[in-house]
Amino acid sequence: MNKVYSDIIDALADLHDGGVIAIGGFFTAGVPRDLLRALAGKKIGNLVLACGSGPLIGAKEEAEALIANNQIRRIIDSYPLRRSPSMGMNDALEKKVRSNEIELEVVPMGTLAEKYRAAGAGIPAFYTPAGVGTPVSSSVISNSERDPERKETRFFDGKEYVLEQALPCDFAFVHAYMGDREGNLRYRKTARNFNHVMAMAARVTIAEVENLVEPGEIDPEDVHTPGIYVHRVIQVPRISYSVTMD
Amino acid sequence: MAERFEGLPREIIAMRVCREIRDGWYVNLGIGIPTLVCNWLEGRDILLQSEIGMLKSGPIAEGDLIDQDLINASSQPVTEMAGSAYFDISDSFAMIRGGHVDLTVMGAFEVSEKGDFASWNNPGRGLGTVGNIGGSMDLAAGAKRLFVAMEHTTPKGEPKIRRELTYAATGMGKVNKVFTDLAVIEVTSEGLLLLEIYPGLTPEDLQSVTDAKLIVSPSLKEIEL
Repeated sequence: MNKVYSDIIDALADLHDGGVIAIGGFFTAGVPRDLLRALAGKKIGNLVLACGSGPLIGAKEEAEALIANNQIRRIIDSYPLRRSPSMGMNDALEKKVRSNEIELEVVPMGTLAEKYRAAGAGIPAFYTPAGVGTPVSSSVISNSERDPERKETRFFDGKEYVLEQALPCDFAFVHAYMGDREGNLRYRKTARNFNHVMAMAARVTIAEVENLVEPGEIDPEDVHTPGIYVHRVIQVPRISYSVTMD
Repeated sequence: MAERFEGLPREIIAMRVCREIRDGWYVNLGIGIPTLVCNWLEGRDILLQSEIGMLKSGPIAEGDLIDQDLINASSQPVTEMAGSAYFDISDSFAMIRGGHVDLTVMGAFEVSEKGDFASWNNPGRGLGTVGNIGGSMDLAAGAKRLFVAMEHTTPKGEPKIRRELTYAATGMGKVNKVFTDLAVIEVTSEGLLLLEIYPGLTPEDLQSVTDAKLIVSPSLKEIEL
């Protein structure tokens, strides 16, 4: 089996208008920047980018390109905005949210993690205690008027929980430190974060890997994401980041 | 507008919080003053859980120790220690929601007298109903204890400790203790119990910058450092 693509353009050939794409990474750690850059080079739009915790803050230039091309319809994330309100005023995404040109949906981080995991594990919905008694427990939190859905809550053993739905994705872009031809992945340190659950959640998972190796070179004991969740592998250079943000 | 009192610097609020943490606890620190708690951990047996997916997160990294694949949930470069562990995000939140984290320390815009708190939607930002939730609601729901560390008032001198929240809630009835630049306050079933106060202030001074009613502890003392 060989899931390796030599050209990133070929790996993205069937991406389509309106697709839901999961974007791995947590601020600057483990963000699939090469895949995002290739996406910005494709003439497709109306996209839903399903994130975890601010990968578009970390991949600032790539996010700005996608925004400038008007490719994004909606972003789902737990921490999408700059921490500093004054920095936010000049932020490309925040401007589009203010003008309602991009829909932004915010979800508690653990709920979002479980939405991806559940989608990949065949679970359509789950109950969580996160957000009970807050606006999150009654409706989707977004700047879009198209989200009238009311959420259900239920008591178990006298404690209230919110019913949250899984978030299946058409594609997932993930970033790994090492990957083999058959799609087994190994991440490095805190760059793992959302990448594994997003690989589970998507119909087609595309992994960019810093080190492409032969099957067996990743010790089977050390595989973080088994190849069954990964459909395409592309080798990318290791990009140097500045790890500060505000 | 009430008088605004000078109190403890942010670093010293963090130091006071740290004195309240027991050795052996697994602790998650939020963004803001809580992050500064990590500067006071030397010599202590306190293990930091970072929701990005790390246990026993070490001191802030500087110089050659900075590694772009090793950051905390506030996006600061951190270091690995003997006994550190990495895991994925669903494991991280299983720890958090599942009641395995002993304490979370969070910042807040407001805390109510019932222990409700608001930390994610800042109406002043003009972004309507959206805001950065991050892991705050999961931590509020699942951590065994929740401390809030914040300034006692807004920069304009408006009270942040209120009878009822005016901002969207992060969690209801979840706060156990509040540490500010002016006081240490415990949330009890009777209301807010004033335990410690900044030297030179009277309970009346503090009440004048607090919207919720404070119950003065019979053993009220100056903030212990």
